[in-house]
Parts: sequence; structure tokens; C-alpha cells
Amino acid sequence: MTIELQQLTKQFGQLTAVDAIDLEVGDGEVLCLLGPSGCGKTTTLRMIAGLEWATGGEIKLAGRVVNHLAARERNVAMSFQFYALYPSLSVAENLAYPLYAEGLSGAQIKHKVAQVARVLQLDSILNRLPGQLAEGEKQRVAVGRSIIREPNCFLFDEPLSRLDVTLREEMRGEIKEVLQGLKRATVIVTHDQLEALTMADRIAVMRAGVIEQVASPHDIFQMPENLFVAGFIGTPGMNLVSATLTDFGQNNVGTFAVEGGQTLTIAVDPAVGRLERGARVTLGIRPRNLEIVHESVADGLSSVIDMIEPMGAETLAHLNDGMHDIRVVTDWRAPLEEGDHVHVRFLPGVTHVFDAHEQAVRS
Amino acid sequence: MARIGSRPREIGKAGWGWTAFTSVVSLIYFFPVLWIILTAFKTRSDALAVPPKFFFTPTLQNFTNVFFRESITAQAAQATEFPLYFFNSIFIAGTSVFLALILGTLAAYGFSRYPLRGNDTYLFVILTTRMLPPIVVIIPIFLMFRLTGLAGSYWGIILLYTAFNIPFSVWLVKSFFDELNPEIEDAARMDGAGEKRVFFAMCLPQILAGLAATFVFGMILTWNEFIFALLLTGVETRTVPVAMARTMGGEIGVDYGLLAAIVTLFLIPIFVVTYILQNQLLRGVTFGTVKK
Repeated sequence: MTIELQQLTKQFGQLTAVDAIDLEVGDGEVLCLLGPSGCGKTTTLRMIAGLEWATGGEIKLAGRVVNHLAARERNVAMSFQFYALYPSLSVAENLAYPLYAEGLSGAQIKHKVAQVARVLQLDSILNRLPGQLAEGEKQRVAVGRSIIREPNCFLFDEPLSRLDVTLREEMRGEIKEVLQGLKRATVIVTHDQLEALTMADRIAVMRAGVIEQVASPHDIFQMPENLFVAGFIGTPGMNLVSATLTDFGQNNVGTFAVEGGQTLTIAVDPAVGRLERGARVTLGIRPRNLEIVHESVADGLSSVIDMIEPMGAETLAHLNDGMHDIRVVTDWRAPLEEGDHVHVRFLPGVTHVFDAHEQAVRS
Repeated sequence: MARIGSRPREIGKAGWGWTAFTSVVSLIYFFPVLWIILTAFKTRSDALAVPPKFFFTPTLQNFTNVFFRESITAQAAQATEFPLYFFNSIFIAGTSVFLALILGTLAAYGFSRYPLRGNDTYLFVILTTRMLPPIVVIIPIFLMFRLTGLAGSYWGIILLYTAFNIPFSVWLVKSFFDELNPEIEDAARMDGAGEKRVFFAMCLPQILAGLAATFVFGMILTWNEFIFALLLTGVETRTVPVAMARTMGGEIGVDYGLLAAIVTLFLIPIFVVTYILQNQLLRGVTFGTVKK
């Protein structure tokens, strides 16, 4: 069973919430729609579910166009952000609810409820009402209700956003395990990149109704296609330095005039050679790919340490080269003092170059 | 959730000063009711005694007078029409409030769930019907009722009271629907429920308390209505407030004992309804004031 979106569009009056997106989710694949609030990810999910009508494009489930079908005719299971448990029904009745529509016998329903309750450890709370459950339990019941049928695909709307940090970590593992057992096309909407990076087979990053990039978690992180994805993924965020390409020579070594007056000579992608000399670019480098040294180097920038944030095993240092705030993650043992004059060195081969159109320059 | 500010007062641990204060306030509120009930059991001379009597020999004569009147011509006492008037009051108020609740709930669901252009205007227009004092509209309505033959009929007064109750029902019930989490309805849709089921099986059970509260408030308003009932009901459809007014005057003046007995009886149905629905009522009036 697959999910296929072709030129899918949703307009609310003048506002285009989802703008002609193309997306494919393979059988058994878990895809995360990741993006800031208001980017159209939940609207996309609701269109797949049949809770919003698409104003353009096609939705195909298992190869069949379902645009005209109501939610209940699509055989899709969805788990909601606020769990949406039926308040007047017990946990067992909540779990059984989707089965009534399938016309199963009482014994079959009982059997399935028991099965799901075992998988999600709900046995002890089957007779309680939703109002009597803790957040984590509610989440489990919501997941249980969505997996109890055998739908074409699963949709999760911000499944972990309401849980506290510890519970979130625990549930992330649990949901991932459940999803692996289901082997169905699954779409998870989230604004939490850690959730996306850990649970997804592929991530689709959305902004303003448009999909910016679809790739595996690894590729999204290592090879962002544009400036938005580069800046959105990763904590702390990627450092972005505006510069002008002045020279490009042997061994793919480029020389950049960094805004603020300093010069930087680093090895970059060979495709950078195709840019004109004098082209405006943005250099992107992750905080963990920088090194603080005390002598002047050609592949580094002279800067001052503005602030130091200890993060446990690592230390986050905010540096300033006069124009940009540069974040560097170093070992906690590094002897750094606020106000120190240091040089921040760009490690070779990990600097991304983005052109004037914010697209990655990559071969 | 952390509570900020003063700790909420625990019930049962309030100081005796507070208890005394609330008792005094309650007494002030309930004294007129108590006085009416006492008067209902007094003889005519006790009822009019100066200074007022708190201790007296109770009599049931007033209650007997509600249902039977002495007759000069006939040998036995004649039955009065009061049983009919009580039935009329219950039937007319009950039916119209119930109808208004059904229509109002359907309208409220529509207003709450299907936001169309102009909804706010419609809601406002509905509310404006309650902004006119009854006395302003009574003449045109009276003329319309005369013209259509609705005057004096059950249908007429029920229709009028239904119309009278709809704005209130729509606004109140809409606020209950607005409080619900729409995700639950979406979940039901995903789980195979059609729109009818979403409405009847998912939304309605969640606002039962609110519906009960709306019903009781409507009942109280309609039960007490006098002006329209006075002008638009006939001999057969007269309600208790109108019938009460008609006992005044005549050769014996105002029979306070009789009026008090009628009022005492008149209080019972509304008291029973409120008592049965008290839990729902409390939840209904606090609906939405407690955070989910």
C-alpha cells in the first residue's frame, strides 16, 4: 500500500496552505513531514485522511485516486495531536470503536482489543475512562486505536508533542517499534526534528506550503539542498556566513572574502568552480565542524568569544567575527574564557556553499 | 499544572464567620419563598394579621380552594379549572422549551461547525429578537394571531414560546459545541462514523449537561411568562400566571392565602426539574470555565 500525492494543493480563500506538492510514500515506509508551524504539514495530513478536501491535484492510496472519498471510505487510520479519545467511552471501548464500523463479531473485537492492549501494555487500564488516564497512557490508547484495524496507511499528527521530555523519549522508541511491526505506509507530522530524524525512513521538510527537500534523515542532515533546510535541521543550528567567492584553484580550494573583511581559504565542493568569481554565496558549517585554535590560520576566521554555554558533555561557545554570530560546539574540557581572542577553523570538506538563490552548490 | 496565587479554599473548612454570612444571605433570598409557603397554610385572618404571625394553626383550606369552589346554587362544591391550567403551563412550557432546544441545538451545531460567510450576522440577528421588550411587539403579534386564528390555541402560544426560546438556546448550546475538541469528531470520522453518528454519538453525549442547563433556564423563563400568555391564550389554554391574576378582584378582593397556595403548587414542577437535573445544571453552568 502506497501513498502518492500529485500536485496536491489546498487553498483557504486567498491563502494557499499547500502549494502543488508531489510526494510518494512507499509500502512500509515511514515518512516525516517536518516544518515550522503553519507550513502546511497538518493540512497535507488532513487531506490524505479525507478531513479536508483538496482544491487541486490528486491523492492516491494504493494506486487508487481517493480525492472524492470521505474519510471513513479511505480506510486510513489517524492518531491526533490531542489524542481525541472518546470521553464517554472506556479505554476498551475506545480501542474497539473503529472495529464496529468493520462489522466484526463481539468475540473478534474482544480478541483484537486484548491483542492491542498487550502490545501497548494497556491491560490494567482497559476499564478506565480517558479522563482518568495520564498523558502517556492517553497517547498509548490513541496509538492503539489507530493500529487496531488493518488500514491502508497510518497518519500521526504531532504524536509526541504533548508529552514531557522523558516520556517523549520512551514513547518515541515504542512508536518506532510498533511502526516497524506494522509495515504500512506511514506519515508522521512533526515540528520536532529529533522526532523526525529518529523515527523516519525519509523526511520531507516543508516551508510555506512547499516541500523543500525529501531525503533520508542522514542526507537531510549531511546534504541540505538549500539554505532553509540547512538552517532548519540540526541543533544548534548551522552557522551561515555571507561571503564572496574571489578565487577557486587546485584541489577544490576556494578563497572567499567574508563579509566583514576577513579572507577564508577552504576546500569546498568541486561544483563551486563553476560559479563566477565575485559571486555572492553563503557558507554553511555545523557547529561541531569548527575548531577553536589560538594561532591565525588561512582556513579560519579571527573572532572573539561572546558567551559560553555549558551543555554537559560539550560546551557551546558563541563567537563573533565582527559580522556573524558563530556557534562552536567543543569538548567541555576546552579552556575557553568569554572575551578571549581566538581563531575559528573550518574543518576540511564539511563546508556547504549556497548560491545567491539559496540553493546548495554541489556536484 | 502549577497553581499560582492563593490556595483554593477547601470546602468544609471555611470559617464559621463565612458560614454565618452565607446563611444570612440565603435567608434573605429564601425568606419571601418561605413566607409564601407559610401563607399558603394560613387562614384569611392569619394571613392579614398585623403584626405578621409566624406561629399559627395550619389549614389546608387554601389548597382545597384552589381545586374546589363553594357554590351557592349547587349542593356539592364545584371543581375549578386549575388542574387544566396547571396542565397547560406544564404542557406549553415543556413542549416549547423542548422544541426550542431541538431546533436550537441543530442550528448551534451548524453555526459552530460549518463557518459560512455571514454567520456572525445571522447570530446577531437571532439575538436581536430578544432585545425588544415584549410590550413593543405584543400588538403586532396579537394582530397576527387574530388574523391567522392562532390566538387562544395551544399551537399559537407554543409557537410563540418556541420562537422566544430559540435565540437563547442557539447561543448557549453553540458555546457548548465550541468548547468541544473537534479532533474527537475527526477521529470518529476516521473510525468509520458518518456525519449523523458524529453528531448523535460523539457531540451530543458530550454536551448533555449543557443541554440540561439550557432546558432548565428555558423552563424557568417560559414558566413565569405573563404578558403574552395573558393576551394570547384563551379559556382552554390559559396558563397558571394568568389564572392567578384573574383570581384577584371581585367581591372578596385579593385572597392572599389562595394565591400563596397556587404559587406553592406552581413552584413544585420547576423545583422537581431543577432537583433532578441539579448535577447536570452545575456542570452546565460551569461548562468552559474549567480548563481542559
